[in-house]
Amino acid sequence: MIPSAPYLLQYIVSGVTLGSIYGMIALGFTLIHNATGVVNFAQGEFVTYGALIAISCSAGLGLPMPLAVLIAVAAVTLLGALLELAAIRPARGSTVITLIIITVGASILLRGVAMWLWGPDALPMRHFSGETPMQIGHAAILPQHVWIMGIVVVTMFLLWVLGERTQVGKAMRACAMDTEAAQLVGIPASRMVMLSFALSGLLGGLAGAIVAPLAMAQYNMGIMLGLKGFAAAILGGMGNPLGAVVGGIVLGVLESIGASLQSGFKDAIAFGIMLLVLLAKPTGLFGRRSR
Amino acid sequence: MGSRIQRYHTIGLIAVAAAVLPFVLPGDYAIHLATVIGINTIVVLGLNLLMGYAGQVSLGQAAFVGIGAYTSGILTTKVGLSPWLALAAGVAVTSATGFIVGVPLLKLRGHYLAMGTLGFGMIVNIVLTQWGGLTGGTIGIMSIPPLAIGGFQFRSELSFYYLVAFSVLLTMSLAANIIDSRVGRAMRAVHGSEVAAETSGVDTARYKLQVFVLSAALAGYAGSLYAHHATYIHPGTFGFHQSIQLVVMAVLGGMASIWGAVFGAGAVTLIAENLRSFQEFSTIVFGGVLVIIMIFLPAGLWRGTGDVLQRLWRLRHRPAASRSVEDV
Repeated sequence: MIPSAPYLLQYIVSGVTLGSIYGMIALGFTLIHNATGVVNFAQGEFVTYGALIAISCSAGLGLPMPLAVLIAVAAVTLLGALLELAAIRPARGSTVITLIIITVGASILLRGVAMWLWGPDALPMRHFSGETPMQIGHAAILPQHVWIMGIVVVTMFLLWVLGERTQVGKAMRACAMDTEAAQLVGIPASRMVMLSFALSGLLGGLAGAIVAPLAMAQYNMGIMLGLKGFAAAILGGMGNPLGAVVGGIVLGVLESIGASLQSGFKDAIAFGIMLLVLLAKPTGLFGRRSR
Repeated sequence: MGSRIQRYHTIGLIAVAAAVLPFVLPGDYAIHLATVIGINTIVVLGLNLLMGYAGQVSLGQAAFVGIGAYTSGILTTKVGLSPWLALAAGVAVTSATGFIVGVPLLKLRGHYLAMGTLGFGMIVNIVLTQWGGLTGGTIGIMSIPPLAIGGFQFRSELSFYYLVAFSVLLTMSLAANIIDSRVGRAMRAVHGSEVAAETSGVDTARYKLQVFVLSAALAGYAGSLYAHHATYIHPGTFGFHQSIQLVVMAVLGGMASIWGAVFGAGAVTLIAENLRSFQEFSTIVFGGVLVIIMIFLPAGLWRGTGDVLQRLWRLRHRPAASRSVEDV
């Protein structure tokens, strides 16, 4: 029962759009995991804050959209660094169970603060450039879809440049490979850890700010988005940046097609896939050795 | 800390306190709260064994509570089974689910296991919400009959309180027995270092699975009790938020402490109850508590404070021979 061909394009477009958002969140997970071995359960809250701050700046303060998005991304980048400084750094050397509960606690704390600041209701956000869809066959593609895909592609490229072509990127990758060895050659490892949290905040905040016009924004939106980003990271093979993005897109498309068949169980699809991958091939689609 | 004798003394003390408690409490509502705390304690005791002794995380424990409650609810209202049989079925179904889910899930470690259990909890909640024909969807199940012996129904708050208190004490003795048994030692070995335990011949996979199934069974039992106590259940009660609250209870009381389970369940239940109309604050409080406790007092509020005081005492009185006292 695959949806009939003319409509398939529609599902693929919305699937790829949502999937690239999952991919960005997954990339945030990957950065932190590579730098610290920690899975940051507060990743989804970065997305929430990106979306809500962008809305407050654009709708609340009446700032122009690019500025609003920029402020939101900057604020969440800072939030990422702050999370590392306040919650992760003091607990360095703790057991895994302790670190898990710390980031879970941080995510709940952030969610509570978001509910306190923005209230419990879903807030709308203006589309970046109108809502007149382009018709391609039977598919209606919104300008926001194009914005999201474009921004994600550009971000990925910049991140690739940072990782492969700059000194900082090299230092980060060195820390991910072997922290002690990196420290021995003079790389400030703890600064690299903080940088990974900040970058991960940047990615999450940006994802939230650009997806909010399509999905509305609510204090608890991060739970589902964070989990799906994690599912995407697992699907692509935890620790592999390219895998994270591809995993996100695959998940988005599967979910979009699945939802057309059984909309109530839409969210179960991602978790089902995640559990299947965890159990069948824990190294993900692009299997590398997992830690 | 915690010799065998000491543990049984603790349980004895709690038994006396539990028997007297209703006479001290101001009214039915307070007794009702004590009952809820008792039901939560049963779940937390299971979580305690899993997290504190076997070192495995579950962020989906509320799903097992839900499965127990819904088994009871469905079997009594739709099939017409007697509540006691439904309760037994609730435990059986959750144990079976724990086994089926546990075999593959427990191959995962650390963060992956946490995410796996979280995903499991989410899926169960989605099924409870979406499978309207069986579960009543978001509305849930109403008019679940109370438990009864002969003509006597556990309908009053007081009678149900004693039923739950009895269950809690039974669960505590069970937990204390397990901790002191061969299984308990094996579990602690798994927590210490899974590789080392494995090397010295401990079948770690089997013990982890046993504890996981036991914790699921306890959660299911508590869920059934909850269903017959509240007589009305809906999926919202068994979601992610509840799973997290259960973890907070275990962490707050100290992950490897029987007395801590009561303390944690009590503190969190009362905080949640008092902040019911300010959900954002209860969320902030629980999140903050989790972070702070795990950074500063990873042994829990109760023992953590004790450890700190003890260390200060030793520093002051025997500066030369001061040794830090690490637990178990």
